[in-house]
Amino acid sequence: MQFDQILQYVLSGFSTGAIYALIGIGFSIIYNATGIINFAQGEFVMLGGLLTLSCLQIFNLPLWAAIPCAVSASTVVGILFERLAIRPLRQPTPINLVIITIGGSILIRGLAMLVWGKDTHSIPAFSGDAPIAIGGATILPQHLWILAITLIIILANKLYFYHTISGKAMRACAYNRRAAGLVGIDVRRMVLFSFIISSAMGAVAGIIVAPLTMTAYDVGVMLGLKGFCAAIIGGMSSGISTVIGGLILGVLESLGAGLISSGYKDAIAFIILLLILFIRPQGLFGKADSERV
Amino acid sequence: MRRDLLFFSGFSLLVMLAPQLFKGGYLMNVLVFVGINTMLAIALNLLLGYAGQISLGHAGFFGLGAYLSGILTTTANLNPWLAMPLAAIIVGCLAGTIGFPILKLKGHYLAMATLGLGIIIYIVFNETIELTGGPSGLSGIPNLKLAGISFDSDVKNYYLIWGMALAVMLFSINLANSRVGRALRAVHDSEVAAQVLGVNARLLKVQIFALSAVISSLAGSLYAHTMTFISPTSFGFNFSIELLTMVVIGGLGSIYGSFLGAALLTLLPEFLRGANDYDIIIYGGLLVVMVMFMPGGMVRGIPAAFRKVVRRKEVRDHA
Repeated sequence: MQFDQILQYVLSGFSTGAIYALIGIGFSIIYNATGIINFAQGEFVMLGGLLTLSCLQIFNLPLWAAIPCAVSASTVVGILFERLAIRPLRQPTPINLVIITIGGSILIRGLAMLVWGKDTHSIPAFSGDAPIAIGGATILPQHLWILAITLIIILANKLYFYHTISGKAMRACAYNRRAAGLVGIDVRRMVLFSFIISSAMGAVAGIIVAPLTMTAYDVGVMLGLKGFCAAIIGGMSSGISTVIGGLILGVLESLGAGLISSGYKDAIAFIILLLILFIRPQGLFGKADSERV
Repeated sequence: MRRDLLFFSGFSLLVMLAPQLFKGGYLMNVLVFVGINTMLAIALNLLLGYAGQISLGHAGFFGLGAYLSGILTTTANLNPWLAMPLAAIIVGCLAGTIGFPILKLKGHYLAMATLGLGIIIYIVFNETIELTGGPSGLSGIPNLKLAGISFDSDVKNYYLIWGMALAVMLFSINLANSRVGRALRAVHDSEVAAQVLGVNARLLKVQIFALSAVISSLAGSLYAHTMTFISPTSFGFNFSIELLTMVVIGGLGSIYGSFLGAALLTLLPEFLRGANDYDIIIYGGLLVVMVMFMPGGMVRGIPAAFRKVVRRKEVRDHA
């Protein structure tokens, strides 16, 4: 096996891994603020891509304007989801929450199928398709965009969570919601914020990956699940460990597809998911004290 | 207990008389599917409704039963009556083994882990082409035969499937009313409390998971032998969600609820022909609406709503 080939797999694994990381952080933010695993997270990824497409084709917006529009529209869907389905829930037991987020995700996916049909759509790359050679491997400019945008979002997240009042309030909710409420933090508002941030992040992930992989009404399922794997590897942190989790997953998947079998590519992520849940439910880097089981 | 038995006898009588009412026809075929789905919904309900453990991978066990039966009877030329229990035993052992680590997880984590398991099984169906035929499916599975009768028509299959479904129902009702059923409900409410009262919660959860997988596998075998053709799309993630929808809208922890849920979700697409792409939206909507407004499912929600209306009328009449 040539080194060049391995390098190629690793490089393309990094860019899919970055996408998984963004989606995974979205999962973690909602989980930490509310204790909910939002099964509809992947649908925001789908919405991001398809809404960008509509902004480009129907409203004839330039790409730089279409992207913020699509992100805001997806965020509105996220807000509606929280307001209409999660908040009014009378018996918020874990099983009911699982069922309602699954129901919501199917509903969003079905509506997307009505609006955009069952075809796969493509979005133009942000800056051309001319491949760039690195060592013996080549990457596309879009790969660089993905890595750069992921990096910026993660830095922005860090700034928000550690240097703003509302970010700190959200972290307080993650530690202890009751205590956060006692010191005057509006917990329900923080829950809404968490849905806003993670639906926006999901949408961005969907937009930056769409030029590479195409997009359709049903891409959210797999991407969402892979993102969840990344979050599990990272121990449901909304920081660097989930990023590393995403990158590990992306690279392993890419190597597995290249060296073993592309048919089993998707199975790799789920085998990793099961192994981590069985052996280290606190994540690869977590301390054993945080009870995740 | 006697009332239960009476109700069950009445229900069985109705089921057995149904073919006389519908006199063959296309509906018989649909009712065969209602029977299979009832078995599957009951299997999932034992796990989710009674023991409180979610599974989003039950389509996988259903598929394993179907494929094991299909492969054993076509490539290995085994008698279908032998293949069916053999498949069930294999699936039961598998579920029992994976049950120990997987049922240590709770709530959302259990949901994701079982979902992952279901998807892995689905991928294996697609990729082991020499065995399963891959995405193009496995055909030529023989019908079941009993004393010279081959179960190859809808009416014969109806009696076969519903005979099994009623047996599963009776077994599950008895199980739910037994010591085991009470232990399961105790685990549902509080594992710690159940353990303090001497219930081996960990083992019990694995046992019910395996039992649930075995019933699903039997339903899968029956499906394979009545359809004579199977392909992976019937056993994907969407079908796991459909099963979950049946159990939830029927009513968690109610055997007849599972029948209602299975019947509604199987018949609904038939009445919505032409709208066949939209059924997924309806499932999603039903799930959301049921959890929000009728968390007890149809078996509890509809009588409660009825009582409310009656009471309101009484109040009005008095005034």
